Amino acid sequence: MKLLSDTTVLLQKELQAEFRSHELLTTASIFILIVIVLFSFTFDPTSAESKQFGPGLLWLAFLFSASLMLQPSFLKERTNDTLSALRLAVGDPFAIFLAKLCANTVFLLITQLLLLLVFGVFFNVSVLPIFPKLALVFFLGSLGISTTGTALSAVSSQARMREVLLPILLLPLLVPVLIPSAEATRALFEPEHALRWDWLGILIAFDVVFLTALWLFGEYLLEE
Amino acid sequence: MSQRVGQLAGIKFSKIEKQFGKLYALRRLDFDVAPGECVALTGRNGSGKTTLLRIATRLTRPTRGEVTFTGAAPGETPAIGYVSHALMLYEELTAAENLLLFAKLLEVPNLAARAAQLLEAANLTSRASSLVRTFSRGMKQRLAIARALLQEPSILLLDEPATGLDTESAARLVNTIRQLRDEGCTIVMSVHGESELSRLATRAVRLDAGALIADTRDGATFQNVFATGEVS
Repeated sequence: MKLLSDTTVLLQKELQAEFRSHELLTTASIFILIVIVLFSFTFDPTSAESKQFGPGLLWLAFLFSASLMLQPSFLKERTNDTLSALRLAVGDPFAIFLAKLCANTVFLLITQLLLLLVFGVFFNVSVLPIFPKLALVFFLGSLGISTTGTALSAVSSQARMREVLLPILLLPLLVPVLIPSAEATRALFEPEHALRWDWLGILIAFDVVFLTALWLFGEYLLEE
Repeated sequence: MSQRVGQLAGIKFSKIEKQFGKLYALRRLDFDVAPGECVALTGRNGSGKTTLLRIATRLTRPTRGEVTFTGAAPGETPAIGYVSHALMLYEELTAAENLLLFAKLLEVPNLAARAAQLLEAANLTSRASSLVRTFSRGMKQRLAIARALLQEPSILLLDEPATGLDTESAARLVNTIRQLRDEGCTIVMSVHGESELSRLATRAVRLDAGALIADTRDGATFQNVFATGEVS
């Protein structure tokens, strides 16, 4: 119960701070816009090519913007050593992770929504009819990215080369999220609009494994 | 004068060692802080004061040895208030939001009233709705002290608490610490040299290169401990 109440309080703080400053969302939105526009002008794809290669580009753009967004998650707690204050105040340190993970998932989903709109326009793909199914794929993918990214953000925030360490650690580790997410999205872009549960199963398994690992070992990541 | 009956807690440092790589920050520290004692911890920069305080909060794990709390149930940690060099405050939140956030996490009863009371004590009521990033260093320090007092701690650990405070704020801090000491709160504060704050101490401890070199409860020798580490 204390875990749940602490998580709720910390999640409110994360959302309040971001929606007041808009730092993460603005930066990520601009980045996504630039990447999608550059992809579009560089490859100039036809509608068929968009459906074939679009999902890969979409998820790559999303992965890059995610590495940008997840970086400050724990780094900002170093500024005034607020992480120590949180560790002294919460009952279970997992609450800190859970709140950041939920906040990061919300931020990632918001940027994905923007990404989808821009992608639909520049790649001439209609995403509205498949939006509910896409939302499921994007949610599972975002959860995997934010779980891994939040954990690695805690690790990299204590390292010397912290600014470059997160993308270096995160991107290879997220290959098991990238491939199923891109494949599941590609299946939705095809005429049958089928939900590929084989790929979604991999995503669910990844999310469960990393969430459990974070729950079991997260406390050690916060120690000095 | 109220007493913290049933909340008294002491600290027992048992053979504490802390290494950062090859550097020894603390060397076999073995001493107790009795419940209700007010300890002035002194020593040069890098002598291990901050490390010792962080180990007492359990934010830092010692390389060897252990910290236990007397007066607390086995396995339980008493309420600890900690003021560190870093302010441990969110700059993007207001003063009131900071206090309410930590009050909720610490499950402080009547949290709004408690936050208002501490803001008043810190002379920050008029700035309660201002973002912390707009505060001066002294105001932030006052708010950091208020945050540490939220749950009426049994143990208060202060790392150079007078840093950045003007004369008036420093006097307020001295009064607050005196009141807490008289109520039976166990206090360990790192200080540099003799000051109004260090004169509140009932015991003076000096560290040098991570080792305890002086420890006295004799007020007459405090000045020597602060200056050189010589007890007599």
